[in-house]
Amino acid sequence: MKGSLIILSFFATGLLLGIYRFFPVELLGYNVSFFVLCVLMFSVGISIGNDPTSFHQFRNLNPRLIFLPIMTILGTWLGVVVVSFFLKNRSMADCLAVGSGFGYYSLSSILITQCKGIELGTIALLSNIMREVFTLLFAPWMVKYFGKLAPICAGGATTMDTTFPIIVRTSGKDFAIVSIYQGFIMDFTVPFLVTFFCSL
Amino acid sequence: MFIVIACMITGIVVGYLFRQYKLRFIHFLILTLIWLLLFFLGLEVGANETVIRQFGKLGYEAFLLAFAATLGSVIFAGLLWMTVRSKSVSK
Repeated sequence: MKGSLIILSFFATGLLLGIYRFFPVELLGYNVSFFVLCVLMFSVGISIGNDPTSFHQFRNLNPRLIFLPIMTILGTWLGVVVVSFFLKNRSMADCLAVGSGFGYYSLSSILITQCKGIELGTIALLSNIMREVFTLLFAPWMVKYFGKLAPICAGGATTMDTTFPIIVRTSGKDFAIVSIYQGFIMDFTVPFLVTFFCSL
Repeated sequence: MFIVIACMITGIVVGYLFRQYKLRFIHFLILTLIWLLLFFLGLEVGANETVIRQFGKLGYEAFLLAFAATLGSVIFAGLLWMTVRSKSVSK
């Protein structure tokens, strides 16, 4: 939670500096953020490849729970597709790109801004932050009505870090490995799915 | 955009090749780059008057998408939960 607030405060600081023109935005060419994004993705790749032990941990998982990330993806897409019929000015692919952030707001908003422009990028940022907040706030309610896997699916890509503590508290310690597994798989798929829907 | 994916895949290969070295600084680097990029995004959003004027509307659309995405995945989680639990009960 503290980490998310720090990240948000960087966005808010930029926002205020931009609104009041304290910072000449012209200095910030399209290429600067694209270059930084490439370095970021390279680093994300290194962090995945550098830690093969994560794969071995998942062997003692209930085989049916391997499908949990797929349920997260399908459920999210279904919900987002329904909403896309109500949002006349957004295409289904736009909505699917936003939904495919799965709560990973930093990366998805940056990717979508690069591809689809700043408007959809802002929606992606806000929407994926809200998803994380919903999970943090309503996890106990989700467990009560939809079972112990519900907060893990709701948390999407954040179940390895920011929403992990609340999931362990509401679903129980038995679901810690499932939660990490889901976060790991989703973190990995977000860049692929978001760029895929952006290119449609 | 596929350059971005190519960067990530190159990173995975490099990270795997150096797997005997624990590259701990990489997590700090990732965090710093995310801070920097979101600061940039904030600057861009703030300087863009059309986006600022529409901020409430964009927030509303973001809320609908977040709500539907969360609800959809929670329902699908419930479906999987039923099959997992009914199996363990039948044992």
